[in-house]
Amino acid sequence: MSTQVLQERQHYLNNGYSLKSWLLTKDHKRIAVLYFITISIFFAIGGAFASMIRAELITPAGDLVSSETYNKLFTMHGVIMVFFFLIPSVPATMGNFFLPIMIGARDLAFPRINLLSWYLLIAGGAFAFFAMFAGGVDTGWTFYTPYSTTYSNTYVIATALGIFVAGFSSILTGLNFIVTVHRMRAPGMTWFRMPLFVWANYATGVIQVLGTPVIAVTLVLVFCERVFHIGIFDPALGGDPVLFQHLFWFYSHPAVYIMVLPAMGVISELVSTFARKPVFGYPFVAFASVGIAVIGFLVWGHHLFVSGQSVYAGLVFSFLSYFVAIPSAIKVFNWTATLYKGSISYATPMLYAFGFIGLFTIGGLTGLFVAALGLDVHVTDTYFVIAHFHYVMVGGTVMAYLGGVHYWWPKMTGRMYPEGWAKLSALFVFAGFNLTFFPQFILGYLGMPRRYHAYPPEFQVLHVASTAGATILAIGYIMPAIYLAWSLRYGEVAGANPWSASGLEWQTPSPPPTHNFEEIPIVTQEAYDYSHVKREEIEVG
Amino acid sequence: MASEAHAHGHGETLALREQFDTAYQQRDASTLGMWIFLITEVMFFGGMFAAYTIYRSAYPTVFAIASASLNVTIGAINTCVLLLSSFTMVMAVRAGQLGQRKLIIFFLILTLFFGCIFLGVKAYEWTEKYEEHHMPGQAAFHLEGTDLQGPAKLFFSLYFAMTGLHAMHMVVGVGILTFLILETRKGRYSTEYYTPVDISGLYWHFVDVVWIFLFPLLYLIDRHLPK
Amino acid sequence: MYFLVAVSVFFTLLIFAAIFYFAIRYRRRSETELPESVHTGLTLEIVWTVIPFGITMIMFGWGASIFFTESRPPDDAMQIYAVGKQWMWKLQHMEGNREINELHIPINRSVKLTMTSEDVIHSFFVPAFRTKQDVVPGRYTTTWFKATKPGKYHLFCAEYCGTNHSAMIGWVYAMEPQDYQQWLSGAPKGTLSEAGAQLFTDLACVNCHKEDGSGRCPSLKGIFGQTVLLAGGGTVKADEAYLRESILNPAAKVVQGYQPLMPTFQGQVTEEQVVELIEYIKSLTPQTADEPAGRRR
Repeated sequence: MSTQVLQERQHYLNNGYSLKSWLLTKDHKRIAVLYFITISIFFAIGGAFASMIRAELITPAGDLVSSETYNKLFTMHGVIMVFFFLIPSVPATMGNFFLPIMIGARDLAFPRINLLSWYLLIAGGAFAFFAMFAGGVDTGWTFYTPYSTTYSNTYVIATALGIFVAGFSSILTGLNFIVTVHRMRAPGMTWFRMPLFVWANYATGVIQVLGTPVIAVTLVLVFCERVFHIGIFDPALGGDPVLFQHLFWFYSHPAVYIMVLPAMGVISELVSTFARKPVFGYPFVAFASVGIAVIGFLVWGHHLFVSGQSVYAGLVFSFLSYFVAIPSAIKVFNWTATLYKGSISYATPMLYAFGFIGLFTIGGLTGLFVAALGLDVHVTDTYFVIAHFHYVMVGGTVMAYLGGVHYWWPKMTGRMYPEGWAKLSALFVFAGFNLTFFPQFILGYLGMPRRYHAYPPEFQVLHVASTAGATILAIGYIMPAIYLAWSLRYGEVAGANPWSASGLEWQTPSPPPTHNFEEIPIVTQEAYDYSHVKREEIEVG
Repeated sequence: MASEAHAHGHGETLALREQFDTAYQQRDASTLGMWIFLITEVMFFGGMFAAYTIYRSAYPTVFAIASASLNVTIGAINTCVLLLSSFTMVMAVRAGQLGQRKLIIFFLILTLFFGCIFLGVKAYEWTEKYEEHHMPGQAAFHLEGTDLQGPAKLFFSLYFAMTGLHAMHMVVGVGILTFLILETRKGRYSTEYYTPVDISGLYWHFVDVVWIFLFPLLYLIDRHLPK
Repeated sequence: MYFLVAVSVFFTLLIFAAIFYFAIRYRRRSETELPESVHTGLTLEIVWTVIPFGITMIMFGWGASIFFTESRPPDDAMQIYAVGKQWMWKLQHMEGNREINELHIPINRSVKLTMTSEDVIHSFFVPAFRTKQDVVPGRYTTTWFKATKPGKYHLFCAEYCGTNHSAMIGWVYAMEPQDYQQWLSGAPKGTLSEAGAQLFTDLACVNCHKEDGSGRCPSLKGIFGQTVLLAGGGTVKADEAYLRESILNPAAKVVQGYQPLMPTFQGQVTEEQVVELIEYIKSLTPQTADEPAGRRR
């Protein structure tokens, strides 16, 4: 197996080279690759905006860019990173690629809808790009009314349209995943034999399906307000601007679980493989995923504690917000316990997994801070919140994303990445990330508000530290872009199972054939059963 | 892609696409998919229903006055037309189950016909509202019987937004029906495979049900109360 | 705060240490080793569910009680009005002093802020006082604080409001009581309620709202804080929010027994003028001592 030359064997990558065979593909693996390229581009653009923001914030005065430009920068950074990178990130790439294989299916339930999802993301992105290049949008990614509906003179509608369209991409992906998991499992693949990555993407699909339509209709209302002045969010006409906040966060809070649940699914896979043990407390981790999805819909009001909503509403939302923290904590404990008496390798994916667990823990714990009503009054709308969500989204999701990319790289491409460089860049990412965002907790607590172009001089030292960290972080992100591309041509050829992992995806060749399996497997083993894993001759790690 | 198809399992037919093992599995998956899609539609309309609920409870009198200015007779006629169209749709699905091509086409055309009547009546209603100056964009907007023109505008905004969204879904439905009619004429559907008719039926019924909610909420506020 | 930090540090260190220890102690020593399976225990899962839950409930309770206190100004709080607009803060003292982007207050005295916005949502944020409250157009929001140390404290707008959001900042000057009195007397003209009395005449409110109730509209004497019976049933408490609404949107809540005759003054009065009128009407009620917290709509 390890000596086989790629060109001899037909697989999903060389099964047709024409542009048409890619752009009209029904193969979930090719669609995953298309998504991977697309969202990498979005990430680069969002990251470029972030760099400009941090560069501006080196000095207290607003001297690098104008206020208008700065406001557009942080808005576009948020819009692109949330809607065009994080929401699709793990599900559209690794979910698309591996969910069918992991359950022993030949493809998703609706392959052409899967392709449509990708085109919708592209179309949404096109609208968003148009808005950016035509002059930008400056409402903040949260579009609060009445600023966004009545006062902003920027390209709100174009951006809203982009998000609207991209939302349908997300809905269709979720729908596809749900139906696939319900109806396409191979014989013997019971729910509790599925890898936890599948559970995570399933729970995510539920959120995508139930939550995204609400932001879609909210954007429709913003459009109507802006164009027809219907007054739904305009107090002069009897409307309520805070209603927008409720509608917006009803989706946008569950959205953060869309962003983090699949990442947690990746971590389950990484921790198990690189400790060579089943995930500790499998059923609890599985139910925790579903629990997070459900409770996640009940906590949106914690974004509105100081908005003027009633004290009693605040009480209810604060209480429920503590509830949603518990399943996440359960997962962290279970992953840590998986390491106990394991056989732990320090391969790059595992380093990212360690990073995730540590940073997500910090981010999650600071969530407890903001869920506390009294404390949130002080820290909301400050850099504390920015630090909190970047810890879970970047220290969490992005690290899991990178870990997953490295883990499944040999399977997707048939090549190994260079381990030395990969470990180094993981270190850069970890160090750079902490230096960027930890000072922001302090900044926020000291009172530095968010979305500020210029700030009082006493905050400068912490901002400089943060920007220094951002530079290191940027290097940490650029390195994989280079060496992963390099590995496509010069990387070591990988066999079917370089990590001696369990899971059906490792029992197919690398890269997999278009139809995934020669014969649909009949599953008799439990998940994460390493005693039956076929060993590789190549030593890795 | 096609070259591998024969080596692995089965060739692809309409009733049994590559990724499925049995036709039953495909039918089942398609139906489940449509139900989930309809749930997303519930959430989509739900946002507007939520806004309606909030503003109606804030301005109950104005909403009642505004609702009274809508033409209940026409609204009721439209409701009946839509219910009738759901019936003919069910008959079309049944014809599909029995594999009766001509009957499928007949009932689909009837459904299409009723759907178009609904849309035509809606267009007439909207024109009426425009002439009565009840359209929120108009400079001359005015609802008689109340000083609260702002909330009155809100009612009509919600009226047009919700019935507009509904009408858009009807238009899509009309498009789907047209497509189904054409496909049936080409002989695509049979007892073994009539799933598109089946799930389109689900969609059509859903759009009907949305109207069943819209009609009383918009047209019938406080009508039961004595004047 | 310290409790939260302590808990966070504890759990962070616990997880970090556990990972670090396990990663080293159980590092892979050979490529072929296969660890024995460790059985999951229901007990363990329950323990590490229940204990964190208990801790979070403490956090919830503590935070909630602070929040409750923050939302109820003490009865003896002094009233100050704030109006946010792009991109400045306008503050009005009862005595008539007006400030822009600055607020002078005495120490050791509770201060209640009643606020609204003229345009978009802003947020009144004084980090040193742990005070933050969104300022929303179309309604009043309130908050309160009590400064204990004299000094100069940052005031920020904490809800993004457009181009010069980061310039919508200022200072709160907390002063010794006698310095505050001195500062107060330094400013000209009459109190808020005196200005309101003038407006009440200028805008002809007095023609209908006669003091003895003989006009076409109810007398406003003694009305503040009372429960009002509305036409069509229902009641409302006559607080700042109700008074503001009655000026800007009079048909919304008509008093029982009266006709909806009052024209709206929207567009004819600024938010500051509304505040002056409210203060005047309040002054018609003998004891304004029990100011209720603005009823939130």
